[in-house]
Amino acid sequence: MTNLVDIPKVNAKNMTEKEFFYGHKACAGCGGSVAVRLALKVLGERTYTALPAGCMSAVGFIYPQMAFNTNAVITTFPGSASMASGIAAGAKALGQKDVKTVVFAGDGGTADIGFQALSGMIDRNDDVLYICYDNEAYMNTGIQKSGLTPYGTKTTTTPAGKNIPGTVTHKKNLFEIIAAHDIAYAATASIGYPQDYLNKVNKAKHIKGATFIHVYASCPTGWGTPTETSIEIAKDAVDCGLIFLAEFEDGEYKLNRNPKEFAPVKDYLKKQGRFKHMTDEDMDVVIENRDRKWSRMRKQWL
Amino acid sequence: MKTNKIFISGDEAVAQGVRLSRPHVIAAYPITPQTITVERLSEMVEAGEMDGEYMHVESEHSAISATMGASAVGARTFTASSSQGLLYMAEGLHYCSGGRWPVVMMNANRSVALPWSIYGDHRDSLSLLDCGWIQVYVEDAQEALDMIIQAYKIAEHKDVLTPMMVNLDGFILTHTYELVDIPEQKMVDEFLPAFETPNKMSFEEPKNLGFSSKPDDNTEFKYQQNEAMFNAIDVIRDVDQEFAEKFGRKYHDMVEEYRCEDAEVVLVALGSVCGTIRVVVDKMRAEGKKVGLLKIRYMRPFPEAEVKDLARRVNAIGVIDKDISFGYEGTVYTNVNSAISKIDKYVYKSNFVGGLGGRDITKADIEEMFNKLFSGVENKSEEKVEFFSLNVETND
Repeated sequence: MTNLVDIPKVNAKNMTEKEFFYGHKACAGCGGSVAVRLALKVLGERTYTALPAGCMSAVGFIYPQMAFNTNAVITTFPGSASMASGIAAGAKALGQKDVKTVVFAGDGGTADIGFQALSGMIDRNDDVLYICYDNEAYMNTGIQKSGLTPYGTKTTTTPAGKNIPGTVTHKKNLFEIIAAHDIAYAATASIGYPQDYLNKVNKAKHIKGATFIHVYASCPTGWGTPTETSIEIAKDAVDCGLIFLAEFEDGEYKLNRNPKEFAPVKDYLKKQGRFKHMTDEDMDVVIENRDRKWSRMRKQWL
Repeated sequence: MKTNKIFISGDEAVAQGVRLSRPHVIAAYPITPQTITVERLSEMVEAGEMDGEYMHVESEHSAISATMGASAVGARTFTASSSQGLLYMAEGLHYCSGGRWPVVMMNANRSVALPWSIYGDHRDSLSLLDCGWIQVYVEDAQEALDMIIQAYKIAEHKDVLTPMMVNLDGFILTHTYELVDIPEQKMVDEFLPAFETPNKMSFEEPKNLGFSSKPDDNTEFKYQQNEAMFNAIDVIRDVDQEFAEKFGRKYHDMVEEYRCEDAEVVLVALGSVCGTIRVVVDKMRAEGKKVGLLKIRYMRPFPEAEVKDLARRVNAIGVIDKDISFGYEGTVYTNVNSAISKIDKYVYKSNFVGGLGGRDITKADIEEMFNKLFSGVENKSEEKVEFFSLNVETND
């Protein structure tokens, strides 16, 4: 096990002033770009970044305007984890030291099309930190349902009407699927709790081998929320219990936040255009699912 | 010249060529009939005969992705596949050539499903002719080994920077044994310098690679890619010459003509069947018939100049295709025919489609093809496309 006790803490006060992801064309209030910007500040200049075709690559690499100040490459949509594995293997074979390879991929690029390569990367324990920024749909192509789109969400491929309440399935348990690989370190986070996210990126940075962070990242364009509330809404998601903050380390789960009481789910849902159509009954399905999940997590992880 | 011959299969010869080329990263996924190559390579890594990183990827898509990633930091890479696996890589093959990453791969030519067939034909690689890779087809195990070494020198050349696929016929070459000369490591090191490229991410000079383009600049990138492929023609010639001087084996650049000097009719083919055609040419020549063989080595870049030059000198050209582009004709024929159409002369042409899914192409088949070419010239026939083992013409 890596000794993580002596890792210097990174916070808003001591974090580098340097920017490694700027001048990009992301939408106002983009949560994904916040997740990338913060993580790169922790990871620093000796970082190779791989991003699949998706929002962050679409807004960051428009020739000749390149938005990454560090080394970065767009990968094929299904191949971000494997291209990152190759980068790490190449760097090792060339004798490069103190190098970190990181992937930033969205929910579709991670839980759907990129999953096979991700599973292989973890299985081989390649020296890559994989960060999934989860905005709960394929936003780059215009808000289509992914495997991490939650129940009830209206997307352009799951329209809500009289017969169907939008998305009829719940989010995949991505964090637990990753943990089931017996990965050295996995965590969930939210850009609404930035210090927690920074700490987790920092921890993963210092672990050799495959690591994974699932960070909740709001999308005003896809969610129908005001651009100035992106951090707030990502915090609300945690406070109402639909998103949880946890870690998996040395084969053990750990709940980082276990509130006695949740903020009202319905308030969180009603703030967003994507859930506007949901009836009270639909919202009850969401709450029941949350409670079932928390009951299991508390029983098994505490 | 000193030789060090051992009795090995085509797959093993490829593995030897890879070992001698010292790649930093090998990423591959097993598929019949390529598997022996990746098994031997892992044994070589285990035995300490190679220094590279051996990645056990979970699919061919990841094999090509991983080699691109390693190449993007300046590492020399190798992968290998066949058939369904090559098709699964297809997205990555285009991506790799567009990214100008000079990955070298071996493809064990095999039929593609459906129906399933593990046996050889050229439908896998020829269906990916437009993916921007240099494609060479070899005739025997020695050529396979030698072309792996040459491939790195060609692909990594600063004017080329284009990935290269070395194709060898499934089973006929991959699984048959031959005496193969294994060059000395020292000589290969002298021949093949370390991989240097400006097209990489580095901490001294950080880069953003694999970017998007707009309609205003995409054509410029594709033009440069096309130019690089044409540049490869000169590089192929120079590398083959330098290889001949160093190792005493020459492969005649883009094509090899066999007994074509005064030939009246010629068969054009790729890969291992050329060995059979040589035998038939010798037999028919002994009978006074003026026949010859044009072995096409490179399908991309295409040897247009060589085909035109030959067409000016002969009366008939027959093209053997171990593939069919459904609804038209064989792909090799389409390419050869395009070159012939650019000269101002009547040449009788015929396309012989066969050898699909591993069906044998016999000496008798080849002799019959030559005879059909002679009668086609005599009768001033229209061009013909036929499935020769079925004895049917598709343009009746």
